[in-house]
Amino acid sequence: MLKTFPKGGIHPPENKITSSKGIKKMTLPKVVYVPISQHIGIPAEITVDVKDKVDIGQVIAKSGGFMSSNIHSPVAGTVTKLDKIIDTSGYKKQCIVIRTDLKDESNFKDTAYPLKTTITLEPKDILQKINDSGIVGLGGATFPSHVKLSIKEGTKLDHLIINGVECEPYLTADHRLMLEKAEEIIVGIKILMFALHINKAIIGIENNKADAIETFKRIITKDDNIKIAALKVKYPQGGEKQLVRALLKREVPKNGLPLDVGVIVHNVGTIFAIYQAIQHNIPLIERVVTVTGKKLENPSNYWVKIGTPITDLVNEVGGLPEGTRKIVNGGPMMGKAIKNMDVPVTKGTSGILVISEDEASRGEPKNCIRCGECVDVCPMGLEPHLLMNLSEKGMYEKASAEDIMTCIECGSCSYVCPSHRPLLDYIRFGKNSVKKMNTSKN
Amino acid sequence: MSDSILYSVLLLASLGVVAAIMLYVVSKKFYVFENPLITEVEELLPSANCGGCGSPGCKAFAEKLVNTEDISDLFCPVGGNEVMKQVAYVLGKAVAEKDPTLAVLRCQGGCDVRPKTTEYQGPRTCAISAMIYSGETDCQYGCLGDGDCVKVCKFDAMYMDESTGLPVIITDKCTSCGACVEACPRDIIEMRPKHKRDLKIFVGCLNEDKAGIAKKACDVACIGCSKCQDICPKDAVLMVNNLAYIDPVICTLCRKCVEVCPTNSIIETNFPPKKVKKVESESEANVESINLKTDA
Ligand code: SF4
Ligand code: SF4
Ligand code: SF4
Ligand code: SF4
Repeated sequence: MLKTFPKGGIHPPENKITSSKGIKKMTLPKVVYVPISQHIGIPAEITVDVKDKVDIGQVIAKSGGFMSSNIHSPVAGTVTKLDKIIDTSGYKKQCIVIRTDLKDESNFKDTAYPLKTTITLEPKDILQKINDSGIVGLGGATFPSHVKLSIKEGTKLDHLIINGVECEPYLTADHRLMLEKAEEIIVGIKILMFALHINKAIIGIENNKADAIETFKRIITKDDNIKIAALKVKYPQGGEKQLVRALLKREVPKNGLPLDVGVIVHNVGTIFAIYQAIQHNIPLIERVVTVTGKKLENPSNYWVKIGTPITDLVNEVGGLPEGTRKIVNGGPMMGKAIKNMDVPVTKGTSGILVISEDEASRGEPKNCIRCGECVDVCPMGLEPHLLMNLSEKGMYEKASAEDIMTCIECGSCSYVCPSHRPLLDYIRFGKNSVKKMNTSKN
Repeated sequence: MSDSILYSVLLLASLGVVAAIMLYVVSKKFYVFENPLITEVEELLPSANCGGCGSPGCKAFAEKLVNTEDISDLFCPVGGNEVMKQVAYVLGKAVAEKDPTLAVLRCQGGCDVRPKTTEYQGPRTCAISAMIYSGETDCQYGCLGDGDCVKVCKFDAMYMDESTGLPVIITDKCTSCGACVEACPRDIIEMRPKHKRDLKIFVGCLNEDKAGIAKKACDVACIGCSKCQDICPKDAVLMVNNLAYIDPVICTLCRKCVEVCPTNSIIETNFPPKKVKKVESESEANVESINLKTDA
C-alpha cells in the first residue's frame, strides 16, 4: 500500500504533457521586470538607481527585515526604470526594470558547474548564506527560507522532508529537476541536514514519477540516511500537512507548523537553489518553469531568469494558440490567471499554463444541493459549503470558530461541487475578513 | 357527564390561577428597571437600524445617548440636526451640529469610456474581485461595478446603471448613513458636504497612474495635469500622486476648474446650466449621436 493522507483528496486529470521534455535554457530576455515583493512578508528595499549598471547576481533590492528576502539582478545590464508593473497579484507593484546587456559575456556563461559534494561552510554560515542568496520556498508559497530555517534553541527536530510530490496537474518543473539534478539535490539535502543537525531525511515523490524515484534510489547510499518514499497519486498530496501526515503519520496541529511535530519541509526546487548558493555561490536568479497547455505547439520546461515577461515564455513555445482564454501562473488547481502578458516570472512561478475556451469556463453557480461532496474531499476536514455560507453572510466570528483559517486553499471543494459553487473564492474572502477582524481586535 | 365538565372547568381555572400567581411573582422578582428616557429617545430616532451612528441599531444608540455623559460626538446621520436637536431637548444635553453630507461617486469610468481588457468570472461582488485582481479594466483604482454599495444601502438610494455599469446615488434618498462608504473596497464613495441646493464640485476619479497610462485606461481619468490647481483662486485643489482632490471645505464652488480640466474629470452637480454657447452645442451634438445610435 502506497502512503497517503487519510482525509479527502481528489484525482484531477494529470495532464503532465511535458514530463519527458528536458529543461532547456530560455532565450535571454531583452528586458527583465523584477518585482521587489516576490516573497511573503515585507517587500525588499531597492538599492539601485536608474541608469546604474548591474552585474548578474548583484543585490538590487535588500531584504526589508527578518520576514523578507534579498533580490538579485538576474542579468547583467542597465537599470532603465523603477516603475509599477502588474505582477502575479493582479495589481501594479514596484518593479526594477533592467535592460539586458547583450554584449556582456557573463549573461551567456554556462551555470552548469561540476558537482561539488564536500561541504566547507559551518552551519551558521550556511544559514547566513541562504539568507543572503534570497532563497524562498519555490513550491509556490515563497516563504523566505531563512525564516523557516531559523529554529529556536531547544526545538526538537528529527526529520527533514523533501517535497518532490508535485501534485498539481500539468506541472513538471520539479519532476524534471529531480531527474536532471538528482545528485545536486542529494548534496543540498546533506547541506541542510548538516546545518540543522538532523539525521533523517525523506524525499516524498508521487508514484507517477517512477523514473525520479528510481534515479534517487540509484544514487543514495545506505549511510546517507536519506529515504525515498513513493506516495499515492492524490491531490493535494504536496500540501505540507498532508505530506507530513502521509510520511510520518504525524498530525500537524491546526494553526501550527510541521516544526511543532519535529519536521521541516522543503521543496526540491528550494533544495537545489540552496545547493547552488552554498556550493557555487549563485543566488536565486533563475528557476525552472513549465510552460504548458494542450494547444501549445511546443510545451516544455525551461530555466527562466526571474523577471522574464510571460510573453517571452509564450513566444518561446510557439506563440499564443488561437482560442486562448486564460493564462495561469501556476497549475490549474492553485494557480491564478494573470491580467496581461507583461506580467513577469517571479520566484514563485512554477508554471505557465495556457488554457483555451473549453477548459477555462467555470460554469454557472447554482444553489447548494447539500450533497456533501465538498466535505468528502476537503483534506483539512472542513465543511466548505458552510464556510462559504458564513463568509457570504459576513459571519466571520462563526467562520473562525469553524476553523476557516486552516483551509489550505487547495480548491478541491470548488473542483468537485456539482453546483459549480465558487466555494474557495468565498472561503478566501472569509479568511481575509477574519484576518482583518483579528488585527482590528488587537 | 356533568361531573366531568365541572371538573375540567375547575381544573383549568385553578391552573390559570396558579400560572397567574407564578407570572406575577416572577415579574416582580426579575423586574429590570429601564430608563424610560431610552424608549422616548428611541421613538425620536428614525428606526432605520442602519448603523450609520456606529451603534448596532437605533435602540442601542438610544441607550448610548441616554447613558453617555457627553454626547457631543454622537450623531445620527439619518435623522440629522433636526432629530439630534430633539434628542438634546429630551435629555437636556448639548449636541453638536453637523453640516449635512451626501454620498458621491468618485469614478466616471463607464463601459463607454473605460474599455474592458479582461473578463472576470468569479463571484460578482466587489469585495471578492478586488481581492483577486485589479479589475476588468486597466484602471486599478476605479469602480468594479459589482454593486456591493447598492446591496448594502438600506434606503434604496442607490441602483446600478445598466448602460454604464456604475452605481448611481439618488441624492434625495441618500441619508448619508455611510454604509456604502464602508462596503466599497476601492474607497470610491465619499461623503461630501451637501451645501446649499446640493451644489457639489469634486474630482470624479481616483486614478493615480501617470498621465499616459491613466488616459489609456480611461478617457475621463484625471491625468494629474494640475490645471485645476493652477486656476483655483482659493487653493482648494490638492495634487497627490498624479491625482487632484478638491477640499470641500475650502472650495467656494466657483466652477473655474471644471472648465479647464482636459479630461472632464471634475463633476459638478445641480448647478444651473451655464450660458456658454460652446458647451451647449457640444452637449447637443452628444444627444444627437446617441439618438443616431438608438435609431440604428
Ligand atoms: S480549498 Fe479549503 S475548504 Fe476547500 S477543500 Fe481545500 S482545504 Fe478544504
Ligand atoms: S459540493 Fe456543492 S452542492 Fe454539494 S454540499 Fe458542497 S457546496 Fe453544496
Ligand atoms: S462604488 Fe465600490 S462598492 Fe460600489 S460598485 Fe463600485 S467598486 Fe463596487
Ligand atoms: S484639470 Fe482635470 S485632469 Fe488635470 S489635474 Fe485637475 S482633475 Fe486632473
